Formats: sequence, C-alpha cells, structure tokens
Amino acid sequence: MSADYSSDEMMTVAAARQLRDGTACFVGIGLPSTAANLARVTHAPNLVLIYESGCLGAKPDRLPLSIGDGVLADTADAVVSVPEVFNYWLQPGRIDVGFLGAAQLDRYGNINTTVIGGDYTDPKVRLPGAGGAPEIAASCGEVVVIVRQSLRTFIDRVDFVTSVGYGAGPGYRARLGLRGGGPKTVITDLGVLTADPVTCELTLTRLHPGVTVDQVRAATGWPLAVADEVSTGEPPSTDELTVLRALEATKKAGV
Amino acid sequence: MAKLVSLAEGVAELVRDGDTVALEGFTHLIPFAAGHEIIRQRRRDLTLVRMTPDVIYDQLIGAGCARRLVFSWGGNPGVGSLHRFRDAVQNSWPVPLELEEHSHAGMANRYVAGASGLPFAVLRGYTGTDLPRHTANIRPIECPFTGETLTAVAALRPDVTVVHAQRADPAGNVQMWGITGVQKEAVLAARRSLVTVEEIVDDLDPVPGQVILPGWAVTAVAHVPGGAHPSYTQGYSVRDNDFYRAWDAISRERASFEEWIARHVRDVEVPA
Repeated sequence: MSADYSSDEMMTVAAARQLRDGTACFVGIGLPSTAANLARVTHAPNLVLIYESGCLGAKPDRLPLSIGDGVLADTADAVVSVPEVFNYWLQPGRIDVGFLGAAQLDRYGNINTTVIGGDYTDPKVRLPGAGGAPEIAASCGEVVVIVRQSLRTFIDRVDFVTSVGYGAGPGYRARLGLRGGGPKTVITDLGVLTADPVTCELTLTRLHPGVTVDQVRAATGWPLAVADEVSTGEPPSTDELTVLRALEATKKAGV
Repeated sequence: MAKLVSLAEGVAELVRDGDTVALEGFTHLIPFAAGHEIIRQRRRDLTLVRMTPDVIYDQLIGAGCARRLVFSWGGNPGVGSLHRFRDAVQNSWPVPLELEEHSHAGMANRYVAGASGLPFAVLRGYTGTDLPRHTANIRPIECPFTGETLTAVAALRPDVTVVHAQRADPAGNVQMWGITGVQKEAVLAARRSLVTVEEIVDDLDPVPGQVILPGWAVTAVAHVPGGAHPSYTQGYSVRDNDFYRAWDAISRERASFEEWIARHVRDVEVPA
C-alpha cells in the first residue's frame, strides 16, 4: 500500500475497480477513458472498450487524448462508422456499461454538460454539449459516472438535462421507455454513491480512506442520503498506482 | 466523374456565402486545409454543420465565417473548451452565432436520412433530455407497427460537404480507411462535395476497412498533402496532440487568436 496518492488517483482507481472483466464498456474521453484503460491493464484484461469514433474493442497501450486517436483504430477488433456504432451497437442494448463524466449532476443522476447559468440562448457558461452521452445514458445496461464532488457539480437541480438519469424519481425511466438501467453508480474523489433501488436517489455507500460523511455532505448541494452502513474503500494498491501513473505519463508524452 | 481541382479552385467553386457547409472527419481526417482556405477566401454567413466542431470550427467561427452552427459536441477533445466558440455564444464575437444542438446519434442519423433521400430518420434518442425543446428538428413519432413512441430527426442536406481522405485516382474515385466516421453519409447527403487527399495514385490498391466514394458521387477532388493537420491521416501522419494542447492558449484571447490566424492562415501563399 502507498499512502502517497492524490484524491483524483483514488477516484480513478475506484472507477476502474467498478468495471467487471468481460463486459463491454462505452467509454467517454478524459477520466472515463483513463479508468477504463486502467481496468483493462489490471484486473479486467477482457474488458471490451467501445469508443464513439467507431472503435470496438480498442486495446491502446497508451492513453489517447481524443476518442479517435490512431492507437484506438490500430488496436480495435473492428472499426465501424459512427452511424453504425450508435445504431447497431449502442441502441439495441449491446453495451453493458456506459461510462460518463458530468459538469453538473443531481440526486437522480441527471447530467448536464450543455450550459450553466443564465438561460439556454444566453448562458453564463457554454459547455461542449451532448456528444454521445444522451443515448449512452439511455441505452447502456447501466451507467457509471465519474465526477469530482463539489457544490458546483452536485446541485439540487441541473440547469439543463443533457443526459437523463432517473428523471424525477421512481418509474420515470420506464414511463419514458428507456431500456437501459440508468446511473447505478457515481464515483467521486470523496467516495461512491449508489442509486437506491427503491427511491432511485444517489446514496452515499462508500468513502475513500480518510474522508468523512460530513465532508461528502458539505460537497453536496442537496440533503444527501447516506446508507445505514457506509464502508471505507481500499486505498490504491502499489500495482494500481504504478500502472495508472505509467498510463498518465504516456498521455503527457503525447506519443 | 469528379473534377481534379486545386484547393483554392475547389473552395471558390463549391463553397458560397450563406451556404450550409459540413466539414466532417471524426477526430481523424479532419479537412483543416480546406477550412483554412474557406477563411482565406473570406466566406461569410455560413451555416456550419459538424458533429464535433473542434479546433477547425473554432478557427472558422473566430474568423467570422459562421452565422449558425449545427453540432453535437463542441470542445477541444481531451483538452477543454473551445474559446472562440464560447466567445461567439456568450459575447457574440466577432459575430453572433446561432446554435442548433443535437446528440451524436441524432446527427449521425440526420446524415443517414440525407444520404438516403429521406426527410427524416428515426431513433431511440433524446428522450427525457432538454435538447428537443430548443429545435424543431427533433420530434416524437409513433411507430406505425408497435405504437411505441420514438424520436424523429430531420434529414441534413448540406449545400456542400468537405472531407479529407488518404487517396484518390485520376478519375476521382476516393479511398479512405481507419476511423471513417460519418464522412460517407455526409458526402452522399450533400448537393456538392469536395474531397482533399494526401495522394493521387494510378491504382487504388485495396486496404482493410476501406471506404470507397466512387468518382461519380463526388464533385471535386483536390490534392492537398498534410491537409488534415493537426488532425491526422492514418498511414500518413499522427495526430499532433501538442498543437491541440497549444490551441487552448492561442485561442483564449482574441488578439492572440487573430495573430495566429493572420500568420498561419490568411497570409499563407497557396497555389491558385
């Protein structure tokens, strides 16, 4: 064990551990891509990484900067067109896990990556927008969200619903006809939140080492539901940290 | 049969003020050189269409070529925000920019509908999101067989689509491979098309995973080696990730952006 790690590293390692070997995972760029590649190099060698650029089963030996770096196409089982990746692979529910980031998130796991503040046509901050996320959130077997937790990101009501989670609560996804299971897990730099099977509310179930429930509450913009028993996760192992840092170094090197 | 033209001729003939223009290429094969030629020729009031308006559209928007943007993700992949795009949306600089916003699945299907000669495409998408509130081009539709509610998106029919590819032959048959994104659909959806290529070769030897655009389905082909830089061309170049990172600082301020565009785009001599 190493006590010398950052909260971002803990978050990425916790997210990687969430991915089971042999499943297919639709990977967004940034933190999701880092965590998914860490999982593939450590405990989940048969994790199938799907990138929206059309790379199915990519096995990069270095972290891509974008979702379409050459290393993804070079190492993929198949490279398909963009209409195909969405229509034939994502839409029918062939992908087990969708792995997303968020700029804002509410208690039902609804995600905003579009605009913050003001109104839609005159926002305070214009964000990149939807990308593949709305359909990933709708159609994957389940969704894992990885996001740093703060009052800025964990807010009572998202300014814009870019990707729907459990909407307004129980029954919402079924009423809309959404086939995927929704955001079951949210992994942050403080701990892990799990959607309650009855209320659909994100509930604190696990803390990262050294983090308190009060700290998580203070970084949440709504009265946070906390599980009766909150566990404490394992810190990153030496192996996990070594692999993660080596991966990060490949991204910085820009090779 | 596609006409072989210079880049300057191709843009002059095929891209007109006020046009709806799609420059496609999903991270790979982004037609940067053609975008720069559009800036040099000072096109105005364009409706720019692109799934991922990354650095290339940041440049076109900052240079004042665009009036409207139809897109699904506007960022610098792996780096952060597009500062010129943000400045246009938040401060109307250098001109106001109207947005029509979609998801990737929606945009991809809109091109498929355009290429198929259909008025719309149908998908499971956008449901429960706020996106349909802001455009008339996303509507619910009832399946005539099951009664299920699905989503219809209007076809995209650009006046002109511009893409970059590895090779063409003298008859203008175009060959591309690697990540081919939505380029085939975008070319077939458009009224006119311009393809820039790394090489013109006598024979297009088959390559695994290739997409061929027959010369009779393409309007013009221009020989532009390196025309995708700082994006890349599989088999010819690698993505210049350092440039994408550097763009963040170059584009952050209006002055540094304009200086860069002047030096690297407007004042560059190109063969006529």
